[in-house]
Amino acid sequence: MNGEGITDVSEFPTPPHGFEDGDGRKVEIREYDDDREALVSMYEKFDADDRAQGIPPVREDALENWLDVILDGVNAVAWDDDEAVGHATLVEDKDIGAHELAIFVVQSHQGAGIGSHLLRGTLALAYERGVRDVWLTVERWNRAAVRLYHGVGFEKTGRDGFEVEMATRLVDND
Amino acid sequence: MKTVLGIGGTEDSVKALEHTLDRVAETGDSLTVAVVENPDSGVDADKVESRVRELIDEHEADADVVRLSGSPGSALVEYAERNDYDEIVLGGGETSAMGKIQMGRVAEFVLLNSHISVKLVR
Repeated sequence: MNGEGITDVSEFPTPPHGFEDGDGRKVEIREYDDDREALVSMYEKFDADDRAQGIPPVREDALENWLDVILDGVNAVAWDDDEAVGHATLVEDKDIGAHELAIFVVQSHQGAGIGSHLLRGTLALAYERGVRDVWLTVERWNRAAVRLYHGVGFEKTGRDGFEVEMATRLVDND
Repeated sequence: MKTVLGIGGTEDSVKALEHTLDRVAETGDSLTVAVVENPDSGVDADKVESRVRELIDEHEADADVVRLSGSPGSALVEYAERNDYDEIVLGGGETSAMGKIQMGRVAEFVLLNSHISVKLVR
């Protein structure tokens, strides 16, 4: 992909990885392992403000269909005790041979660094699974997300409209 | 209601046409289908036009077909405003492998430039 950045995953902890978040909660990032019910309940109460370009879908049948698609990819979940509070997913777009990334953190746990840990852990996991090229789109007004992705090496590519496209290539310089 | 639908051959624009043909069959609104040259669609405008005519026949609908040249968004807005249309209808974007909605450049341009209402079909 033109203009993509470089992300060195060697410093990123591979899940499972526990940490204390900015609000003092013990959070653990783990690879998705058949925890579908926990994800469904996370998305059922997901704040509408935090939906991005139509995902997660609101209607239950659409949510289940969406999970069918994305849970085939590389997935990691952030856990606060037995509650799923964040989810990152990479879905392969076979036409372009790259994986599309999305991350969601529930509103009650935002602003505490969980997204950043989840992003790094998921990219380390993805590298282990053979993923190299990663891209995403983010709504132009979501500056916090653009900063988060830029912070791990993503660069803006191609067109810049209502949504911004960013991409990176995963490497391990260890 | 006088409606103009812009179509450049992308999948979402074809879906918008089918939806709109069904709607005008119910409402009796007047429909003009404007075939534009959308470089993002990768489909030749002649092919788009013949597909449009087929779909109009299949739906047994009554619609005019016009060809607009030049930049698709601006050509469509200018045509719609000069000819006193009430509404512009467009495809509402494609979805990525992940399921994210991505707006086409033509739709973005039309939304920001049109003085008449714009309908995006999902």
